[in-house]
Parts: sequence; structure tokens; C-alpha cells
Amino acid sequence: MTLTRRLLAPGWYRAALGTALGFALGMGLVVGGRALYGWDPLLDWNAIVTVGALISAPLGYLVGIGCFDYWFYWASGRPTRPEDHSGHGARSWRDYFRVNTDHKVIGIQYIVTTFFFFTAGGLMAMLMRAELATPGTQFVDPNTFNGLFSVHASLMIFLFIIPVFAGIANYVLPLMIGAPDMAFPRLNALSYWMLPIGGVMMLASYFAEGGAFATGWTAYAPLSTETPLGQQFFTMGVQFAGASSIATALNFLVTIITMRAPGMTFWRMPLLVWANFTTSLLVVIATPFIAGSQFFILLDRSLGTHFFDPSANGDVLMYQHVFWFYSHPAVYIMMLPGFGIISEVISTHARKPIFGYRMMAFSLVAILILGFSVWAHHMFVSGMQTWLRVPMMITTMLIAVPTGIKIFSWLATLWRGVIHLRTPLLFALGFITMFTLGGISGIMLAVVPFDIHVSDTYFIVAHIHYVLFGGSVFTIFAGLYHWFPKMTGRMYDETLGRLHFWLSFIFFNLTFGPMHFVGIDGMPRRVADYAEQFATWNAIISVSAFIFGLSFLVFVYNMIASWRHGPLAEGNPWRAHSIEWLVSSPPPVFNFDEIPTVVGGPYEYGVPGAVHAVFREKAPAHTAAPAPAGGGGAPPPAQ
Amino acid sequence: MSERDPAAGDVEGPPEEDPRIAGEKHPVARMIAIGIAASLVGIAISLLIDWFPRDAAGSAGQIDTVYDVLLICSVPVFVLVMTIAIYSVVRFRALPGDMRDGPPIHGNTRLEVIWVTIPFIMVTALAIYAWIVLDDIEAKQPDELVVRVTGQQFTWTFAYPREQVNSNELVLPKDRPVDFRIRTNDVIHSFWVPEFRLKSDAVPGLTTRIRLTPDRLGRYQVVCAELCGIGHSVMRQRVRVVPEAEFEDWLASQRSEQAGGGDQSAAGDSGETGEEGGGGQATARGRQLFTSAGCAGCHTLADAGSTGTIGPDLGQLSRTDAAYVRQSIVDPSAVAVEGFSGDVMPSDFADELSPDEIDALVEYLLESQ
Repeated sequence: MTLTRRLLAPGWYRAALGTALGFALGMGLVVGGRALYGWDPLLDWNAIVTVGALISAPLGYLVGIGCFDYWFYWASGRPTRPEDHSGHGARSWRDYFRVNTDHKVIGIQYIVTTFFFFTAGGLMAMLMRAELATPGTQFVDPNTFNGLFSVHASLMIFLFIIPVFAGIANYVLPLMIGAPDMAFPRLNALSYWMLPIGGVMMLASYFAEGGAFATGWTAYAPLSTETPLGQQFFTMGVQFAGASSIATALNFLVTIITMRAPGMTFWRMPLLVWANFTTSLLVVIATPFIAGSQFFILLDRSLGTHFFDPSANGDVLMYQHVFWFYSHPAVYIMMLPGFGIISEVISTHARKPIFGYRMMAFSLVAILILGFSVWAHHMFVSGMQTWLRVPMMITTMLIAVPTGIKIFSWLATLWRGVIHLRTPLLFALGFITMFTLGGISGIMLAVVPFDIHVSDTYFIVAHIHYVLFGGSVFTIFAGLYHWFPKMTGRMYDETLGRLHFWLSFIFFNLTFGPMHFVGIDGMPRRVADYAEQFATWNAIISVSAFIFGLSFLVFVYNMIASWRHGPLAEGNPWRAHSIEWLVSSPPPVFNFDEIPTVVGGPYEYGVPGAVHAVFREKAPAHTAAPAPAGGGGAPPPAQ
Repeated sequence: MSERDPAAGDVEGPPEEDPRIAGEKHPVARMIAIGIAASLVGIAISLLIDWFPRDAAGSAGQIDTVYDVLLICSVPVFVLVMTIAIYSVVRFRALPGDMRDGPPIHGNTRLEVIWVTIPFIMVTALAIYAWIVLDDIEAKQPDELVVRVTGQQFTWTFAYPREQVNSNELVLPKDRPVDFRIRTNDVIHSFWVPEFRLKSDAVPGLTTRIRLTPDRLGRYQVVCAELCGIGHSVMRQRVRVVPEAEFEDWLASQRSEQAGGGDQSAAGDSGETGEEGGGGQATARGRQLFTSAGCAGCHTLADAGSTGTIGPDLGQLSRTDAAYVRQSIVDPSAVAVEGFSGDVMPSDFADELSPDEIDALVEYLLESQ
């Protein structure tokens, strides 16, 4: 191919060109505007970076890589091109590096990308623990340290936990409801390709003048309106990650509502589908609020508005209210899909129907609704209206009720099951243990008098990691091990999986357990240095954290090695009932040769002769379906 | 509330005897016994741990009790979950090659009502208790000492408006209720003394409040608990709780010191005799300014007893001419020392301090080399 053709066809060459043109356009706007006003200097690099590098260059890149081609073609009124499915499905590893509309390819793209950012965020955590191993300043100065924990948290939340769940659901959910793909495959591709922009911006903030954004992932005003340029990388990065999240959530909602297989009533949906249904509602309702809060910051910084400037009647607390109106529901955005995964894993590997299926679904809806009424529990010491504290304490504590329903129902599902203690179930049990602890410390934090003492201390750091690592990330591991055979067509190594579990379980607790102690004892969070009295615990925490970090390598090795050389997986290695297991591993490009018909609940283990779904004319597809085009023998698409 | 999938048909007969637990007469009763024993041990251990720093305020004891109550409620919940999980894994683990399914139990309405009701009652009771405690610790007290707390990057200052005293050390009389009015000059900070257990953010544009009664003599620290920038982790200030009489003495000495410091011509004011470390009047004033203006939050200076590392060590100035020192104060970015960024230091000291005060600081810094 000639260079001209490469630059015109969607792909990386055109993406590079689009990025450059986008930057040039942004720069031109800034310079032109300043010239018209007669401002000096003409080259204001802060403004050029904001408009050129953070807004117009990413849009140019999206156009270049090919996210909009079909839509532009259609909008320009030219005769519709017949869809030839050339952009659908993976035939070689290269297909994972271009715009692809196959939900399975997009799922893998999501998972691999988010694990890249997980690794980056994890390395930052290691650097922080190295700095905090002893009191004083060792490796990084305070400004760099503040940047480390800010970028760490932002990557983990916006570029790992939220999107990796979108990735897993992308792969599994259409299969589970018997759909050939998501409702809007091109929107699905656009959602994925917007995501890395946010992550790259957050990482790139280290190269901005004044260092990475250093105001925490919460970016409280007015600190965030006064800090150097790096802050804008966060502000805009969140916009791209958030837009990706909203678009995916809409896609899930429409897919779940309109594309279920015949017979798949709402009360026959697997709980993972229920979980993603409620999560998507949360995303669609809440995410625009964080977008708003960050736009306010951007406008205060770039255009000199006064949203958060008290000297001009701005309201500093408004930022926190708007921010937490998203960011508390975000905790459930990061938890509900995990609940769904755990329900699948426990029921399948304990060979029992999920206990109290309808209450499990109702409790998700209850959390969804209650989740919008608790945001101010992050603000008990913020100086907000004091009367707001007690109602928010009560609603927060009430969330324990639906959450308790879930925990107890999982336990009742285990009870008298036939428990196959494979890696996914180990992670599910680890999840129950640590999420219970995280839930208990959550109730403690809801109690205002206690919260006044421990808010903004290491007790909070402990709580958030028990909920988001011991909770969410363990469900992610459980889900990845559970669906690894389905996604790759190969089995993972069970011994390495167990080793990974025990190393992470033990050293997770040794890392984050002691943080409860130092927090209550008076160590504030987000500090680069601390008093002598906390030195012993911090040394223990740091050593545990390093081993905990190393345990991740076991997982990475297992995934890569098994993907390349693992034994071939059958269509249904866990003898599960839900539909994704009725097709080959990995599934055919268009999922089903024939759409299945759902005839019963998804968890009818132990019911003689019960099946969840059937293929009308043929035998179940795992014997009949042809080998997929991008089949089990294909090399892994990345790494 | 039926959990049974209608499509599944009526499959839920009376549960048959499970051979794996048939040998045990009352597996659930045994589990409850183990659970209660483990809970009691867990509660005992959790109450024996010395979780908190010393308590130095009237409300601290109540907050510690709240935590004890929370522990007593939480441990059995955790033990319950663990007992069932571990028991199930041990007792119901599949043998190799076991291809059976478990019994098709779809739910049990009575059990589900129980595990909705009990947590609901527990959290409601806890919430009512917490509300009562909250009201109690925030109640207005008679004869309150008003202290205005001001945060700024990266130091705290304290004003006693009725006593007309300003200080950069927080001194409180024992057993007298205090009403803190908390403000900030720049970004959000959070005023926290761990030994008092209470904290409140200092928010631009607002005045927030804390009420408490110190009841233990000693030295503590004000800790900034809200990320406020590069010097956040060193934004600390000393707190002393002293007997009432000593407090009055301290007020008196502060008043005379301020009167002396504010009037250059009043040389030889007797109020200065209490100053330790000697030096002239200007030195004392400079030392006081060094902390009250916030320099001590970031800079090390042996004479002033500060150990900040955000900015350069001011005991070893690279140049010792007055013009250079003055420029470093009013226009720090122009003369940044290698290894430090001049943008970190506030650039508005020329407005914040009077020319007099800057003179005193320059003189003091030159003397302290």
C-alpha cells in the first residue's frame, strides 16, 4: 500500500495524521484568538495544550483511527454501503489493534487495555509504599508523591475497575442473553477507543509543567483550580473515560431491553445481566455529574469563571456535592457488576441454584435507588449543612440491608452445595470475606461521631481498598478465571491460579488490615511523610505490599502462558447452564448459528432434566458449532 | 417474595437428609455454638486492642464507646459469615470426580425475612444511638472560650478574640469548653487533633465550628487532614492543654509580647523578659513573625525550632545581603534556590505583611545564620 492510501484508510497512520491535524487546529484557534485580541504572548502554551492536545487532538485521533467512518459516510448522504462485516471479528492478532465491531473482540480489547493501566497504577502504588516504608523523604519529593497517589487512584477507578467490568460484560453479556452482538456495535467500538485517551492523558500529566495532577482523584476545588497544568490532564481525561462509560452503559441498556433471546424474561436473566442492567442505569444517571464537576473546574481554570471562587461568590462546597453525587454511585458502578460475577461463579461451582434469585435481583435495584441518597456521607466534616448528616447516615446504613441479603444468599447457595474449590470460587470466597470486612468498616464510617475522627485518615484508605480491591478486583479475578476458557478456548493453570489466590489473599490483608490501626491511631491519608510512632506498621505494610504486588506476576504469567499453550477448553468445562456455555470456546464470530430459545431459569442445578436454553432444530451447539474463525489456535492478540 | 422461578416447576420438596451431614445430630446448632464462642473471643480481643490515641477531650470517651459498640455488633456478623463459609467449604467440598449437583433449594422466605429484619433493626438502633451521641458532643456549653482557627498553606494560626491574643501555638485551659471557629486563607484544610477525636474542614468562604472540652493536660498536635498541596504532610502545629492559671499567664505574656512587638518605639518593654533565647527586640519580633506568617510551615530554621523541608533551609542562606533576602520573601520565583520551585511559595507576602514586618523578618533571618 502506498503511503497516501495508508493515510486515507482508517488505521494507525491516519490516526497519527488526525492527531497532528487536531493539535494544529487547536493551536491555530488559540493563536488566532489571541492575535485577534492582541494579547501577548501569542504562544500561550497552557492554552495550546488544553485546546490542542487535550481536546482537538484526541478527536482527530478518533476520526483517524476510523470510529466515525460509517457514520460520516451515511451522514453525507451517499448511497448506503452494504455491510460486509470486514470490521467484525478477529482473524489474526492485528484485528485487535483496529476498530472492530465484534463485542468479543471489544471485550478482549477492554480487558487487556485496562490491565495495562492496572499495572501502571500498581507500580505507582509500589513506589508510594517504597517512599512510606520509613518516615522522612526517601525516593520522591512531596509534589511527586501527591502526583503518585492522585494518578494511582484515577487510573485504578476510571481506567481499570469501571472499564474492566464493561470489558467482561461486553464479552459475556450478549452471549448470556442469546444475542448475536451488542445493540450498537459501532458505538461499542467508539466507547472502547475513547477509553485509552483518558488513560494516556493521566499518564502524560507527569510530563506537564509542574508535574502530574496532585490533588487526589477527588480534585477538590479550590486546590484543583490553582495547581499547575497537570490538573487539566485529569479534568479532560475524566471526560473521555466518562463519555466511554456512558456510551457503553446506554449500549448495555438497549441490548438487555431489546435483544434478549425468545423466552428470556427478566426473571430468567442471569444475575450478571441484572447486575449490568442496574449498573448501566447508575452510569447513565450519575456520570454526567462528574463530567459537569470537571467542566466547572476546567472553566474556572481556563476561562476565569468563578464557580468555586468564594471571593466572587463561588461556592466551594458545590464542587463536593456535584462530585460525590457521581462518585458515591460510582462505588456501586464498581461493585454491582462484581456482585453479578460472584452469583454466576458461586452457583456454577457449588452446583446449586442461586438462593433467593428474585431477592438477589431486587437487592440490586434497592442498592441502585438507595445509592443516590447517600453521597454526603463523604462530607460529614466538610462544613456542609449539619442537619444533612443524620439522614445521610441513616440511608447509608440502610444499604447494609440489601447488601446483607446478597452476602447471606451467597452463603445459603454454598450451603449443602457440591463445592468445587477451583480458582474462580476461591476468589469468590475471598471476596465474601473481605467485602464483609469492607462493608462493616463502611457501616462504622457511616456513624457520624466515629467518622468525624477517622475521615481523611488511613482508616479510609483501608476501607476503600477492602471494598475496591478485596471486593471489586477479587470479583474481576474470579470472573476472568471463570470465563478464561470461554474467551481464549484454553484452560488456565489451576495450580498457578490457587497460588495467585493465596498470595494475594494473605498479603492483601497484611497490607491493608494494619491501615485500620494506624488510621484510628491518628495517621492522616495522602501524606508523603508521617510521625515516628507509625513507623513499625508502615514498614510491615510496605513489605506486604511488595509481595502483594509480586503476586500479580503469577496471574500475568498464568494468563499469557495458558493463552498460548494451555490445554484446549471444551465448550462447557464447568457444566454451567447459562447460554454462553452452550457455544464453542471461543464462540463463533456471530455467536450463534441459530438464536437459542430460553425455557427455564439460569441456575437450575440439581433439578432433574432442567435446562436454561435450547437450540430449536439442532443439538446444543457445543457439539454442532463449527470451529470459530479466530479459533483457539490463534496466538494471543496482545502482550 | 417467591424466589422460585415459575418455569422451574415445583421441585422443592422437603429437603432430604444430606448424607454428608447425616452423622451430625444438629449441624446448625453446632455451628451456632462455634459461632458464639468465636464471636465472644473476637469481641474480647477487639476490645482489648488499644485502638485510639490518648483521649484528651470530654467527647473523646463517648466516641471511643461508640467504636466499642460498633465492634461488639460487627464481630458476630463477620464471625457468622466466616463460620458458614468455612463450614460449607469443609463439609460440602466435592470429591474428585463428583459430578452430582446440590439439592435444588431455590430459597426460603422465612430465612430471608429474618436476614432482612435483623440487619434493619441493628442499623436503625445504631443510627439512633449515633444521633444521640452526635447531639451530645456538639451541644453548646456555658462559658465557652472562643478560638478562631485559620488555616493557610501550610500552617495554622489561632486567635482568641475576647482575650485579644493571636498565636501560632494552640494553648487551651483544661476543663473549659472551647468553641472553635475555623476558617482558611486559601484552599481547604482540615483541623484535627487526634486526641480530641474531632475534626472539621476549613472551607474558603465559610466558617465551620467544633465544640469540645479538653480534659487532659499535655502536648498534642493539630494535624491537617485534608490534602492542601505540597506541604500537606508537614502542616502541623503544637497544642498545649494547661491548667487554667497557666493559661491566664500565657494570655498575659502573649498580650504584652504583642503590644511590645507592635510598637517599635517601646524599647525595653518588660513583657519581653519571658522570652528565652535572648536576642534583641527585633529578633523576638522576627521570630514571632517567622511562625505567624507561616514561614515555619515549610522552612527549617534552628532558631525558630522549625523543621520544614518544603522550602530551602533558611539557616544556610546562599547569599546574606538584605536585598536578596527581601526579594526572596516578596518575589520568591525570581530567586528560587536550586532544587526548589519558586512557584510553591505564596507570592503575596508584600501585601500580607507590612514593610515594617518584612524589615523585621529580613533582619531576623540575617541574624540567624
